[in-house]
Order: sequence, then C-alpha cells, then structure tokens
Amino acid sequence: MSVLYVLVPLAMLIVGAAAWAFVWSARSGQFDDLDTPAVRVITDDD
Amino acid sequence: MMLAPLRATLPPPPPTGDTSLAAPACAHCGLPVPPALRRAASTGPAFCCSGCETAYSIIHACGLDRFYDLRKQAESAPAPAPTTPRDRRYAEFDEPAFLQRYARSLPAGLTSVDLLLENVHCAACVWLVERLPALLPGVIECRLDFRRAVARVTWRPDAVPLARIALLLSRLGYPPHPARGEAAHRARTNEERRMIARLGVAAACASSTMLFALALYAGLFSGIDHATVTLFRWFSLAITLLCLLWPGLVFFRSAITSLRAGVANLDAPIALALLAGGLWSIASTLRGTGEVYFDSLSTLVFLLLMGRFVQRRQQRRAADSVELLFTLTASAARVVSDSGTREVSADALTPGDVVEVRAGESFPADGIVIHGRSAADLSLLTGESRPVEIREGSDAVAGAVNLGSTVLVSVRASGEATRAGRLMKLVEDAAHRRAPIVRTADKAASWFLAGMTLLAGLTFALWLRSGLEPALEHAIAVLVVTCPCALGLATPLAFSVAIGRAARAGAFIKGGDAIQRLASPGRIILDKTGTLTVGRLALARWTGDNDARPLVAAVEACSSHPVAVALVRDLANPAREPLAVTDARQTLGGGIEGRVAGRLVTVGSAAFVRARAAQGSPDLDRAERDALSQGLTPIAIALDGVLVAIAAVGDAIRPDARAALDRLTRAGWRPEILSGDHPVIVAAVAKRLGIPPDRARGGLSPEDKLALVSDAARHGPVVMVGDGVNDAAALAASDVGIAVHGGAEASLAAADAYLSKPGLSPLADLLEGSARTMRIVRTALTLSTLYNLVAGGLAVAGFVSPLVAAFIMPVSSLTALSICLKMRSFGGRP
Repeated sequence: MSVLYVLVPLAMLIVGAAAWAFVWSARSGQFDDLDTPAVRVITDDD
Repeated sequence: MMLAPLRATLPPPPPTGDTSLAAPACAHCGLPVPPALRRAASTGPAFCCSGCETAYSIIHACGLDRFYDLRKQAESAPAPAPTTPRDRRYAEFDEPAFLQRYARSLPAGLTSVDLLLENVHCAACVWLVERLPALLPGVIECRLDFRRAVARVTWRPDAVPLARIALLLSRLGYPPHPARGEAAHRARTNEERRMIARLGVAAACASSTMLFALALYAGLFSGIDHATVTLFRWFSLAITLLCLLWPGLVFFRSAITSLRAGVANLDAPIALALLAGGLWSIASTLRGTGEVYFDSLSTLVFLLLMGRFVQRRQQRRAADSVELLFTLTASAARVVSDSGTREVSADALTPGDVVEVRAGESFPADGIVIHGRSAADLSLLTGESRPVEIREGSDAVAGAVNLGSTVLVSVRASGEATRAGRLMKLVEDAAHRRAPIVRTADKAASWFLAGMTLLAGLTFALWLRSGLEPALEHAIAVLVVTCPCALGLATPLAFSVAIGRAARAGAFIKGGDAIQRLASPGRIILDKTGTLTVGRLALARWTGDNDARPLVAAVEACSSHPVAVALVRDLANPAREPLAVTDARQTLGGGIEGRVAGRLVTVGSAAFVRARAAQGSPDLDRAERDALSQGLTPIAIALDGVLVAIAAVGDAIRPDARAALDRLTRAGWRPEILSGDHPVIVAAVAKRLGIPPDRARGGLSPEDKLALVSDAARHGPVVMVGDGVNDAAALAASDVGIAVHGGAEASLAAADAYLSKPGLSPLADLLEGSARTMRIVRTALTLSTLYNLVAGGLAVAGFVSPLVAAFIMPVSSLTALSICLKMRSFGGRP
C-alpha cells in the first residue's frame, strides 16, 4: 500500500488547490450577486 | 341627446383587463392608450403618454428593439412601468457635494457611482440598462445587480455629465436615485464574502476527513495495517486543525466574548464540544491508541456555519429591500431664485429658500406657503384622512403631499429640524427604550451547557472506578451524543426558512425574534388611515340617478380638487371618449358647474348645490344625513337645477380588512384602533369592522399614540400596525411593529416587519405563519431533546462508545433539519 504515501498527499494537494480557488473567488466577489448572471446569460447576444 | 344612442349600443363598463379591445396597448408599457392619443394607432405604434413615446424612440433609434422581444419572453412581465414625463433635469447629480458623497474616483480619469433604478422587473431590463455605453458615449460600463436593482455606472466625467446619464435612464423608464447606505452595504458584502470563504474551507475539510474516516471505519471490519491508520490519523489531524483554527475560530471567539460578558450563548457549548473532541482526538493520535472524532468535528463546523449563513442571507434580503425603499423616498427640491430654478437635495435646503412644489409631490421641508392655493394630504403625518386646504400664509409640513396645484413655499426648517424630523428622533428614542428580549434559544443553550457538563462530569465520576480511560471515553461519548445540533442549527434554520417564505408571501421580517413574539396572540393595535383604510378618498356610495355618473365625471375632470379626482377615478369609463364640457366654473370651497351634453351639471358640497338647485326626493336627504353620521363627505349633484343624486365620498375601508380582522380574532388576538383622524370617523370604521367602541380611539397626536402604546407595552406584549410617520414612534415602542404596504419611510425604519403587498390579509398571514413557525421549532426541539435524553442515558450507562456516538449524532440533526425544511410555515406548499 506504499502508493498511498504518494496518492494521499497528492489528493490533499488537489483539495487544497480547489479550496484556495474557492476562497479566491469568494473574496473577489464572484458570489456577491447570484441573480443577475442568471438572467444576463439569456440575453447575451454578443 | 348624444347619450341615448351611446347607452344603447355600448356595453356596461368592461371589467379591468378587458379594455384591450376598446383601447390599443401602448407599444412601450402595454397599458391601454387613452382615447385622446389614439389617432396614431392606425399609422404605427401607439403610446399611453409622451414619456413612453420618448423611451420607445430612444430604444428604437439605437437599434435596441430586441428589448421588446426579450420582454415578451419574460413570462407575465409587467415591465416596464409607464414612464412618467417629468421635467426632472437631475441637475443636483452634477453638484460637487453629490459626487463627493456618492461617486468614487477610479484610475484613468474614470468615475463610478451606484444608482438605484425604479421599475427593474425582468431580464429585458438588465439587457437594456447594460446597453447604456452604446446609447451614450462617455459611459464606459454599466452593470446592474438585478435583485437589488442597483446599477454601477462607470463613466468619463470629462466626456459626459452624470446628470445626462441620469436623464437618459429616467427617459428609458428607470428613474435613478443615488444608492444610500452603500458603505454599510459594502461592509456587509465583505462579511458575507468571508463567511462564504469559511464555508468553502469547512466543506473541503469536512469531506476530506470524512473520506479518511470512511477508510478507517472500513479498516475496522476488513483489516488495515497500523502504518496506514497512523498516516490517515495524522492527515485527519492536520486537516481538522486547519478547520478548527480557520472556519471554526468564529465559535471560539464568540464563546470567549460571551463568557467574558458573563452569559453563555449558543456558541459556548459548541466551542466546548469542539475543544473537548479536538483535544481528545489529538491525544489519541499522539499516543497511537483510542478513538478520534476528526470527521465529526469538521462536519459539525461545516453544518453550523451553513445554518448561520442561510439565516444571515435571508435576513439580509429583508434588510436590503427595506433599505432600497428608503432610497426611493430620497427627494429633490426645486429652489426658485432670481436666476431661475435649480434642483438640490432636500437635506441641503436652508431657511429662507423658496421651493416650488408641484401637484403630486411631497413638501421637502417645513415652511409657509407664499404663493398658490391647493390642498395637502397630511394622512401620513397626522392620520387625518380629509385633505387640508392651503393658501398663502398656511403652514406646509415636510412629508405632506401637495394634491392640488403648484405652490411656492418659503422654507422655515429642513432636515432634522422639521416636525417629521423631530418625530424620527422620537422613533430612535423609543427604539432604544425597548426592553431587550431574552432569546429562548440562548436561554435554553445556557441550560443545555450546564446540563451537558454536569452529565459528562457525572459519567466520568461513575466510571472512574473502572479506570481513567473508560471514564474519559464514556464522558466524551456523552458530550458528543448530546451535541446541541438541533438548538444550534434547527432554530436558526426554521427561522430563516420562515423569513424566506414570508418574503415570498408578502411580508419582510427583519429578524427571527419578531417571529417568536408574533407567535403568541395578545393585543394588536391598528392605525386607521392607510392601514385599515386605503388612505385616499374614493366614492363610497352613490344614491340617486345613475345616468348622471358620466356627466359628473366629465365636469369633475376640469378640477384638481381631491374629491374631484376621486369622483373622476371612480365614475369615468377609461375606455370611452370623455364627454366635452363647456362653461365650466369652479367656486373654491364650494363646487363646480358646467354644461355637458346640453345639460347644466352642478357638483359640490350640499350647501353649494342646494343654493342653486331645487329640492330632490327625501331619499337624497336621508342619504346625506347617513353619509355625515358615517364620517363620509356627502357630495350633491344637480342636473338642470334639480338635485338628482348624492355621492358619499370617504376613505374606503380596505376590502379584506374585515376578513383579516376576523381571522386575527379567531386566532386569539384583540384588535384595537388608535388613530389621528376625527373620532366620529374612527367610530364609524370601528363599527363597520366589528371592533367595540371602547377599543377605538381617534383624535390622537403621534405623541399620544407613543404614550398609549408604551403604556400598553408595560402590561403585556403589544403588536402595533401602522403606516405613517405619526405611527413610527409607536411602532418602535411596541413589542413588534409592523408597517403596511405604502407606508412612510419613518414607519419602515421603526418596524420589525414590513408587508410588501397591499391589504390586511398579508398581516393575518404573517401572524398565522409565525405561530406555525414556532410550532415547527418546538417540534424539532422536543424531538431532539427526546433523542438526547435517550442517547445520553445510554451513553451514561456506558452502552454507547464514542465511535457509535459520532455515528448516530447526525441522526438527531437530520431529523431536526428535515422537520424545519419540510413543514409548512408561510404561504402555500413548501
């Protein structure tokens, strides 16, 4: 099972990257307005 | 002569909504086009007003016709509202003081400002507003927050002034207002961003530790080598430490703050459980034996944060909506000077300024009328339902609405120095005096904490005889199994679900504690004008010749008197061409006379008409006396010098008021009326609504209302319902203040809940929904307490190992959660 010693830290790294990306997106305000993008996408024509 | 064939061929007035056949729809707003403007219909698009025509031509000229296609797609969109042609120039938007207060400078010579737009309804509005840069060179970007209806406009000040941008938005049908309270909004947004970040980290930690825990549990049954167990435990330890020290830190901070203040809040037991579980698990990992609870700890942090986040978001929605209503009431004033008129914000007025107030506008400041005659509606300020005549030398009060014609007012006091401003000060004082309510959940949490610690200590002492290790293990199992998840999660979740559903059903509630206090019936004090009644004059009863109705409507259309406006609204048929009037003569304080369809029509006060017309039937005399005794104003109508009809005009009781009050009474509430209006009118309304006369009082000043409500609040819980500035202080002094639809800014600020739909049935819905919500909370609490008693008992007896405890703990949480989410609190089906 020695492969775990490589795969588990690797998985942790991936989780860490995902968590960092989420925190970054929250801090840069991407979750501030959850309603407008939903209607904007219908009307985007350009 | 003309009338006879008309009556023979035309059907009776069609019900509203069926006017489409008779009148073509406005190409911009979809309202029926009035007959006078209909000639354009054959040649091209027709419009209901010049404002709509302007908006249409701007949109059409810029090739943005797609707006109308998009609007058709939006189901049943009422948008856009008819644009009112106002010659607002938005000059005050370019004043340095305005820009300094509301705009922000950006690099590269750009400026950005947040503007609240009226009439934002659907996707088509977002599309159109965000095309602003294409419509106006110099505008760099325009982003619309759909839910809040706030547009962030970035523009180049040297290329285009803000006033022009505002003017264009207004012409398109979205009158802009500076978005006030943006600093507070930004602070809340930042706090919310931090909450989301914490939530994400907690979710990642919880899911990772859960995977490790799953592997470890599986290893218990199918075998696992010791090195892997150690590895997984150390990883879980690292992740859980991160979870406790970053997202979980809020609980420790809050617990420490509350313990310092000497009261244990809900976070104290949570922090204790986290601390005990964390320390024990770390010790087990270091020693290499014993149980670890890393997964339970991270999941607990995640679920608790989730509950708080959901609740906060719902409360913010309610707070946002109310705040936006405030912004809408921010008014501009037109100052008249030798160099012409200019627009300034109402706060910037100084004593001695002369302001122009047009019909339909509210007075921006206290002052004295120096030119013009009109009538003022003081109902929001004093509760008086009848309009007051004003002329040169009369007092004008800020907040009153000018009903008649344009008047000039010399400003005596503005802003906080006005009577309305002083009332707002009373509101603040009353809000401060309100006794702090003890939240049941917090009180229960303190007991819970004490009970849990005692129980765990007892278990430890009981099992100490068998050795230190089993004693510790069982004590921790007790702590874990009795974790107050139902308290921590269920109560806020039930409240936030209820607040969200209530908002959809038409009631914005500012906090969970209001629901709690609305759940048990007691005294409910209602304002009359604007709350129980519609708050404006309307035709209440017509006695006599029905054929005179269109004639009266035609004559009264020549007057702007409030009674005339009410009669035109209720008697005229909008689908028909108005009848022509000749020789219209108005007598101030009396009535109006004119020739319609060859007949002389006289409409006015009884004295005015009787002096000019022959006596009618005795029925009419009785109708006049009845109207007076019911607090209505009788209006006499004569045709060719003979009295033919009596129209009783008054402030009509809301059609659903009786039914709503009956529902309240059935639920155990005791309705009372406190009003600033004349006692005769109040007594008449109380009689119609089935409220005993001793529980209805009229002629009260705002200060009287405040005194009566504060006095009542000392003897038991009091709910106050009102709409005006005159109710605001009383709303703040009551246990729960509820502002009704269409209320004044002051009443919104003072109230704990706000009805966003007209009528009184939302009030009954709110009270019944609150009672249901509290039943749900109690059910959830009872069930999880039962669970805790059983599981805690088993744990004390040593039947539950910490592992099993961690496994079955979520069961109680899930039960509580599903009860809160599935049960019906407000509105229709969940």
